[in-house]
Amino acid sequence: MIELTFYAAAAIAVIATAMVVTCPHPVHALLYLVLSLLAVATVFFTLGAPFAGVLEVIVYAGAIMVLFVFVVMMLNLGRRTVEQELRWLAPGAAVGPALLAGVLLYLLLRNLWGLDAAPVGLQTVGAKAIGVALYGPYLLAVELASMLLLAGLVAAYHLGKPEA
Amino acid sequence: MFAALLAWLMSPPVLAALWAVVQAVVILLGLVISAAWMIWLERRLLALWQDRLGPNRVGPFGLGQVIADMIKIFFKEDWTPPFVDKFTFVLAPLLAMSLMMLGYALVPITPTWGVAAPELGLLFFFAIAGLAVYAVMLGGWSSNSKYSLLGGLRSTAQTISYEVFMGLSLMGIVMQAGSFNMRDIVLAQQAGWWNVIPQFFGFCVWSLAAIAVTHRTPFDLPEAESELAAGYHTEYSGMKFGMFFVGEYVGIVMVSGLTTALFFGGWEGPFWSDRIPFVWFAIKSLLFMSSFILLRAALPRPRYDQMMAAAWKVCLPLSLANLLITGAVILWQGSGA
Repeated sequence: MIELTFYAAAAIAVIATAMVVTCPHPVHALLYLVLSLLAVATVFFTLGAPFAGVLEVIVYAGAIMVLFVFVVMMLNLGRRTVEQELRWLAPGAAVGPALLAGVLLYLLLRNLWGLDAAPVGLQTVGAKAIGVALYGPYLLAVELASMLLLAGLVAAYHLGKPEA
Repeated sequence: MFAALLAWLMSPPVLAALWAVVQAVVILLGLVISAAWMIWLERRLLALWQDRLGPNRVGPFGLGQVIADMIKIFFKEDWTPPFVDKFTFVLAPLLAMSLMMLGYALVPITPTWGVAAPELGLLFFFAIAGLAVYAVMLGGWSSNSKYSLLGGLRSTAQTISYEVFMGLSLMGIVMQAGSFNMRDIVLAQQAGWWNVIPQFFGFCVWSLAAIAVTHRTPFDLPEAESELAAGYHTEYSGMKFGMFFVGEYVGIVMVSGLTTALFFGGWEGPFWSDRIPFVWFAIKSLLFMSSFILLRAALPRPRYDQMMAAAWKVCLPLSLANLLITGAVILWQGSGA
């Protein structure tokens, strides 16, 4: 049962991501990206990582993508952009990227094939386990990330400062 | 054959599942019905506070007004303007209503009633609130009209402002209860204080965020009728408008239920808490639902930049301070999980 959910969500994620690339309409492409993120969140749930799944929805689908859609909405791209995009999406343009992605997929599959894959949904990693891990062995990474965010905050403050 | 089927149906796990389904359907119906009658309540209460009568013709106290309005809106022509982006135009009202209904699944109503109590309950609410903004945004954008677009943009900017402090304002509760599970949070309150006392600042910030989630006055800038026609739903009519409209009231019922569960001890009352838990829950919810209406009757709409400034410069620092102090007290008492 849970495998079925996993495969369905994974299929939706792959198809939606392909639509993100091929959809000529920018807002529709972004909505496919939101769908893809929701499907990936479902995959996290089936793998027994509900905290990661919920955060995926809150942070990516609920906050970052909202900003993306916000900006694209403000640009108010009309029919002309769609036509331009359609011209750029000529079938020939897909050959190069498809080749490179194919090589990557081959390498990925070759490395994953031999591994003893664990069956899905055997253990659940709760919020507490993640907190203990983040503030235990990964404390340095958390601190570094916080410094990176601080740099972003300072930069935003500088940009937003009124002209003296 | 039938005997086997009957035996399977009567087995405890299947019975439990069926009972859960029945519960969920009853709660959903109750939610939608109370949301619909909130329209009547709002019109009557607003009228009372403004020295008018309000709708009092249809049925006793005008209670039938909602039914009449609903029959009207069901049979109204569902007009889709030719210049809109069809798919997103239809999707937006569906999202608006269904996400708000989904949120109510997390509310623990009585010791035995409630749709779901996931371990990460509160985070699910944040996820739902985060996705609910798409309804307004897409409605505004797909309408392809400037008033709608402005309403959608305002809604997005407003969401980005309140979502941060909404999350932080509830983290104090999570720390005190040691769990994201809403049912555990209610039980923790019944063992000690109601959260509104130790988490008073959290409650102040949360109540602002709760109004913003439902897009009610004074946070109804996305649909400010004096500036933006009707904001994001200017181009909507018939059932699609109805879904935006009822979705707002479903949101109010949902948020009132959440406030009851998170800050006011859920179904606990001064007496007979285990005999009439639903009555206490309903009274508390009704109180918060009415206070939404009182706010609308009492407050003017702030200017847009004032709202954003208040969110970032007052509410965010307040909720951060609340978080720090709560953490310090819990560590000091040595009861931290």
